[in-house]
Amino acid sequence: MALKQTTDATFADDVLLSDKPVLVDFWATWCGPCRKVAPILEEIAAQYGDKIEIVKLDTDQNQDTAARYGVTSIPTLNVYVKGEVVKTIVGAHPKPKLLRELEEFIA
Amino acid sequence: MSDVRNVIIIGSGPAGYTAAVYAARANLHPLVFEGAVTAGGALMNTTDVENFPGFQDGIMGPDLMDNMRAQAVRFGAEIITDDITSGTLDGDVKTVTDGEGNVHRAHSIILAMGSAYRELGLPREKELSGHGVSWCATCDGFFFRDQDIAVVGGGDSAVEEATFLTKFARTVTIIHRRDELRASKIMAARAHSNDKIRFAWNSEVAEIHGEGKLSGVTLRDIVTGETRDLAVTGLFVAIGHDPRNELLTTAEGEQVQLDEAGYVLTGDSGSGRSTRTNLPGVFACGDLVDHTYRQAITAAGSGCSAALDAEHYLAARDDTDSPAAAESEAAAIDAADPVETPAEGSLSTVSVGTRA
Repeated sequence: MALKQTTDATFADDVLLSDKPVLVDFWATWCGPCRKVAPILEEIAAQYGDKIEIVKLDTDQNQDTAARYGVTSIPTLNVYVKGEVVKTIVGAHPKPKLLRELEEFIA
Repeated sequence: MSDVRNVIIIGSGPAGYTAAVYAARANLHPLVFEGAVTAGGALMNTTDVENFPGFQDGIMGPDLMDNMRAQAVRFGAEIITDDITSGTLDGDVKTVTDGEGNVHRAHSIILAMGSAYRELGLPREKELSGHGVSWCATCDGFFFRDQDIAVVGGGDSAVEEATFLTKFARTVTIIHRRDELRASKIMAARAHSNDKIRFAWNSEVAEIHGEGKLSGVTLRDIVTGETRDLAVTGLFVAIGHDPRNELLTTAEGEQVQLDEAGYVLTGDSGSGRSTRTNLPGVFACGDLVDHTYRQAITAAGSGCSAALDAEHYLAARDDTDSPAAAESEAAAIDAADPVETPAEGSLSTVSVGTRA
């Protein structure tokens, strides 16, 4: 399942105003570890889509949002609840570790 | 529980994929756990690889790994994009468990988990990771356009990263503990002739500063002990690697022997180098073993050796397993000194722990 792409223009509607927690995957085409994490996120979205929304933000095309949240390493996974960042996961991690990190949102 | 395989290869990169090519061509139907997020190994985060023989114009690290992987698949290697999280490696049948909790069994195991970036070990390092402190120049260089940044380290990785980062940054300071680079001459010459690269010789990072994002570091001069501040918004750490041996230190049963630095000790059968560990049927290759060379080509070479060693081990094991062999073995024991059984005995007397 391809994940939804959010942009500088749609970030507020897609992420900040969402009723559900939203995990944003800050990535870029040249980033090897980002490609590793993408299928894992697709799996998590398929399993826990009712609890948490997962969207992707291409940092190359949407530099304003990346800069606003101080993202300087990718992949960075930020979880937003009611418009605020409540969790940041930096780097590519295996699925079991990601599930542990996201436990509070998907339990 | 699955059937017992001939060989399971844990890890990928040049070592694991090469082992897979050789094991597959030997009809051993290898099962490869290439790593959930580490698949392809260290070369996945590099750009041009200029010193892998056969590629006269160089090749991108990720392309080289994709090619090796495809070559292994072509000959029948089965590749799973997951980690092995626990295992029992002693005994005739080895058992390993993957990240999904599935259990796999094999008569032989090739360890090729590679190594992981070493951290500086400073208090603010973790907190500022992703906020200026980085381990992947190719991933993160883009975020430091027209900024002053630094690379810690003086080896090939550090110098390659520094050179790459000059595409983006205003200046790149190489912070190195010695007064000259350890990197290869061609890499060092490139760095020295690059206008954007500065050097902080005989220096180590004493402190990392910044609230929410990196603002600078304090450098300590190793010779004089003097400290000075360097304002940087990015700090790329390339001070070396440590072997990825967590699986081995947590394995049940008798454990694979490691040296003091955590590298797997491989043995010498008396007839030259080998990739055998202290455990019969367990072989090791690549950066997990190698303190010294740490090149894509040496890793690939040792992966080849490991597959050949595993093939020999399995052939000898099959001989002792078959009824005919067991009969002749029994006859031999009747006729002669019964202390040593032929194949198993010669393979388990691996001398390890003596390597300097």
